[in-house]
Amino acid sequence: MSAVLAAVLGATLAGCSSTGGKRAEERAAKAAQGRSAVDTPRWTFAMVTHSGDGDTFWDIVQSGAKQAAVKDNIKFLYAHDVEGNKQAQSVQAMIDQKVDGLIVSLAKPDAMKDVVAKAVKAGIPVITVNSGSDKSKEFGALTHIGQDEVIAGEAVGEQLNQRGKKKAVCVLHEQGNVGHEQRCEGVKKAFKGEVVNLYVEGTNMPNVQSSIEAKLQSDKDVDAVVTLGAPFAPTAVKAAQQAGSKAEVDTFDLNAKVADSLKDGSLGFAVDQDPYLQGYEAVDLLWLYRYNRDMLGGGRPVLTGPQIVTKDDAKVLAEYTKRGTR
Amino acid sequence: MSSTTATVPEAGPRTRSLPRRLLGRPELGSVVGAAAVFVFFAIVADSFLSASSLSTVLYASSTIGIMAVPVALLMIGGEFDLSAGVMVTSSALVSSMFSYQMTANVWVGVGVSLLVTLAIGFFNGFVLTRTKLPSFIITLGTFLMLTGLNLGFTKLISGTVSTKTIGDMEGIESARALFASHFTLGDVDLQVTVLWWIGLVAVATWVLLRTRAGNWVFAVGGGVDAARAVGVPVRRTKIGLYMAVAFCAWVSGQHLLMSYDVVQSGEGVGNELLYIIAAVIGGCLMTGGYGSAIGSAVGAFIFGMTSKGIVYAQWNPDWFKFFLGAMLLLATLLNAWVRKRAEASK
Repeated sequence: MSAVLAAVLGATLAGCSSTGGKRAEERAAKAAQGRSAVDTPRWTFAMVTHSGDGDTFWDIVQSGAKQAAVKDNIKFLYAHDVEGNKQAQSVQAMIDQKVDGLIVSLAKPDAMKDVVAKAVKAGIPVITVNSGSDKSKEFGALTHIGQDEVIAGEAVGEQLNQRGKKKAVCVLHEQGNVGHEQRCEGVKKAFKGEVVNLYVEGTNMPNVQSSIEAKLQSDKDVDAVVTLGAPFAPTAVKAAQQAGSKAEVDTFDLNAKVADSLKDGSLGFAVDQDPYLQGYEAVDLLWLYRYNRDMLGGGRPVLTGPQIVTKDDAKVLAEYTKRGTR
Repeated sequence: MSSTTATVPEAGPRTRSLPRRLLGRPELGSVVGAAAVFVFFAIVADSFLSASSLSTVLYASSTIGIMAVPVALLMIGGEFDLSAGVMVTSSALVSSMFSYQMTANVWVGVGVSLLVTLAIGFFNGFVLTRTKLPSFIITLGTFLMLTGLNLGFTKLISGTVSTKTIGDMEGIESARALFASHFTLGDVDLQVTVLWWIGLVAVATWVLLRTRAGNWVFAVGGGVDAARAVGVPVRRTKIGLYMAVAFCAWVSGQHLLMSYDVVQSGEGVGNELLYIIAAVIGGCLMTGGYGSAIGSAVGAFIFGMTSKGIVYAQWNPDWFKFFLGAMLLLATLLNAWVRKRAEASK
């Protein structure tokens, strides 16, 4: 037994990798850490979003929020639920705890209306993030931080024009997501060529790949595929290869894999809304409000995107995507 | 047939002591569990015991509990309904889109929705009794079909994935009062769904323990052939049970609609399992013939306490599903143990 253990340990020590792995991650994390830089009281801020379980995007939003919380001496709470009704209940639970600040996403504005009003009435400053820029002010929030989905779609459309594309497929991976519909609408608005919407089952990657493959095989004119989430871009690249199509794959949002694919040229470009900034700014602005009654945006949404990321930018961003902050 | 306790009319002087009689109740295990969960969160979460927290927990419990009641009855009758979660959304969609598209009084939509939802329930029961296929398969089919219909129809009619608001139409005020108002009791602000929930539990308990229909439910769950042999109308009972699920789905659906004036077409998926979990924690057997409506309410209350308690305790929500699963196992083990003791002491 002990001999086996020794052998295993020996093998691990001898077989160290000088690149990548846990150690590289730790080194990168150290660079992104910090400690409280202020001596304001320890306020409690809560964030309640419409994220599903284990969502990459919202994970990055959280890491931004947590970073700002460390800096601003804030106790940060987080809850989420995909269903509007349950999300509203979680916001109510945060109000019950008398938090000092509240950050909510308004993907389902009608479900959140009453409970946000309750928070405002209870004197809790509210900031909305990511979705619901058109409702934020009406509900009594101080400001909204995020990206206008239609404008982001238009940025993609313009970029496709610059690249001389003629026909694009917009891949929607979530039936029933209003923001996704808006993105594809934006692409349609700005793109001079033709745009076709393709609905796929986002929770099932093999299905996503086979659907895109089938579309590319049956329609040879398609020269651009636009995915609406970073995890789907590599899948679309695979599908294009399998289908023997020359279509360029472009995507909304970033992750480590997308940054790498941009670097090696297998992806055309990405349009980023900087989720880290959404979380970070939400906490930081609440802190500023409590500390100094400051508020950015002058009553207008504070935009964190769209930012077009190409091959050149990806070289810089790759390092940050690996540590989960871009 | 372990359900004879409920079916034999009490005659003569009671010979069994009170603790003994309590031990024979299906919900005993879950009551112990609920007390434990309550005490646990009261200790770890400072704000758990405040009046406003209690009303949030009760509301969360009631939204599950209203559906857990008929699902428990159905499980006592030996069947499942996997379409119960999306049926709630379907019911709300029919109601809101009918009112909006026809520019009709909100109550017209509510009435049409009741008919449509009951028809879906009837379809489930009818196909089940006709085909003799397992209810798992039939309601899985209904679940998938409804999920597709919800999205497809909403997109077709409204042009987007959520319905248009009916908040400015006639009849909304009175409908809101019935399905989505709240009132104050002492210093606790209670949602009307809590009343619906208590009412449904009371009715279901009375039916189960005091009426012939209740005996039929236990009988068909205990053994279909035996029930048929003694003259129980098996088909009528099962169809009735599915329609009871549909009725409660209608109540829940109207609540969602009247709370927010708008319905998201993709919601409700996965909730059917929560209803089943609440019923099972409350002492229903997967094999049928045993369980109670009060148990389902206790199960729903445990669910509500856990889901919100994690927020009050300020824990990372990633762990919620783990707790839910662990609790389901613990509760079921406790129920089985209590039942064994009860049967041994008879």
